[in-house]
Amino acid sequence: MSNAVVDREQESRVAEVKRLERREGWKRRLPILPALLFTIVVTQIPFLFTLFYSLTEWRIDKPDPETGEVPRPFIGGENYGSLWGDKFFRDAAWVSVQMTVMAVLFSLIVGTLLAILLDRKFFGQGFVRTLLITPFLVMPVVAGFMWKTQMFSSTFGVINWVIELFGFGPTEFATKYPLASVVVVLVWQWSPFMMLIVLAGLQGQDQSVLEAARVDGATSFGIFRQITFPQLRPFLELGTLLGAIYLIQVYDHIEVIVGGQPGAKNLPFYIAQRSIGGGNRFGLASSYSIIVVIASIIIANIGLRVLSNLLEDDS
Amino acid sequence: MALLTRAPKAEPILGQNRVVANLLALLTWVVGLLFFFPLFWLTLNGFKSEADANSSPKILFEPTFDRFSEVTESSTGLLSFTEAFGNSFWIVLISTVLVMTLAIPAAYALAIRPMRKWRDVLFFFISTKFLPIVGAIMPLWIIARDLDLLGTRTVLVVLYTAMNLPLAVWMLRSFFAEVPKELIEAAQIDGCSLPGQLRQVIMPIVAPGLAATALLCVIFAWNEFFLAVQLNPTGASTMPVWVNSQQKFQGQFLAGLSAASVLATFPVVIAGWVAQKRMIRGLAMGAIK
Repeated sequence: MSNAVVDREQESRVAEVKRLERREGWKRRLPILPALLFTIVVTQIPFLFTLFYSLTEWRIDKPDPETGEVPRPFIGGENYGSLWGDKFFRDAAWVSVQMTVMAVLFSLIVGTLLAILLDRKFFGQGFVRTLLITPFLVMPVVAGFMWKTQMFSSTFGVINWVIELFGFGPTEFATKYPLASVVVVLVWQWSPFMMLIVLAGLQGQDQSVLEAARVDGATSFGIFRQITFPQLRPFLELGTLLGAIYLIQVYDHIEVIVGGQPGAKNLPFYIAQRSIGGGNRFGLASSYSIIVVIASIIIANIGLRVLSNLLEDDS
Repeated sequence: MALLTRAPKAEPILGQNRVVANLLALLTWVVGLLFFFPLFWLTLNGFKSEADANSSPKILFEPTFDRFSEVTESSTGLLSFTEAFGNSFWIVLISTVLVMTLAIPAAYALAIRPMRKWRDVLFFFISTKFLPIVGAIMPLWIIARDLDLLGTRTVLVVLYTAMNLPLAVWMLRSFFAEVPKELIEAAQIDGCSLPGQLRQVIMPIVAPGLAATALLCVIFAWNEFFLAVQLNPTGASTMPVWVNSQQKFQGQFLAGLSAASVLATFPVVIAGWVAQKRMIRGLAMGAIK
């Protein structure tokens, strides 16, 4: 009998503790809820709509002549079925892949070289770093214009002026090599970003380890390969990840440098063109969007695995 | 004694030879100037006459402010500089304030008194950045149209807030994580209330990080073009749309376009120069620390 009372008392105490814990849990969670809800409502819910649109044949420019309403027949996976037969889609997808891979890779290489150059004491170091990061801060629309009209242009472009000094004929780079032109501008804007991330890694190195290696007679190259590079790896991975997130979505540069011309339209550009940009084929364009999202999720999964390794020892 | 106390000096990766070091410094300067050159050239062109700009590259010319006054003049029916600047200013300001208001408590819940599974929540925030904006643009356009928000500043405020929020949470978490736990515990033991802890212990330490985060949000929002041009083609256009509209289909426009570009670019370039060091630490340390 008395045992039962004790048990009950204990039970109620356990319940009390649990209740308090839950309250504490909510108290801790509360500050994050506004941000979380806002993000879900603005970014996740529209995506579900896109998913739904992609299963319909929906042209907002073709209202029913009698009712004035726009029909939106459900057609299941038909949009997806016709995807691979669409040459323009395949082209845009291929451009997306090339553009993202080239821009990320070259920015990373150039950025790392710049970081290595900057990671030494010399006259005007801070000033040169400021010069070098500036391209990243430039409005993409302006970057596009500037390169197109003042660097690449065959008539007034500085690059052509220089190569003519060496006896080469003028080339309208943006028309002749649209993809390469866009990639050049992207690399110009993103290498500074990569440089700063790699620089953060270089400057976070443990100097005593480097000193010890040097005392032991290691060469500069040996130190870089065996000590610096392994330490830089997470920073390089972070740069790749953040760069890929942004570069896969490039739109502004293409709009400005290439515009309506074929040759360097990536998927985001093509999707906008086919839907709100005047194409009005919302159903079909939505299915393209879903493909982009799936591709991004695959990249993101790889990326997130990298990130979770980075966060591992921080709890 | 002096010899003993000298701190180990940071040694660069590449050679220690004096001559090599000087050559490398020179190379770094050259590369830095080359990277900056397009922007320098753009600025130069902004001060040229159209005739000077529309000719083979000229370094010597008679500088003039005329292009700047021309592009900032308003003419009826066209988007004016003052309008675009005002729109950009308010949209960027309000969205950045919103981002910080939402992100600061969130970062607190992720770093100072971490909730359970904070890592998953942080991942969720970052993962929303992986969702390309084209994955949501059509519904957003439809929703904005149905709510009569197309061509308003409101729609851009909301979307820029959503665009910058994950990045802000990511950066702020790392700045908050740098606050020593012992300091907060000590303040608690001394009977300091939560608002007191925030004001007297946490804020002074994270303030520079907050400023850098806010500046990065300002830069991204100021430069954003895709959403601005898709959702806001007429009514409340921003600076990138204005610059884009300076491209004329007839006549010469190169110098005018350059002047407009300078006006649109330099506000945030200068902001970036000011915040460069902390900005990147926040970005990189968000993962590393």
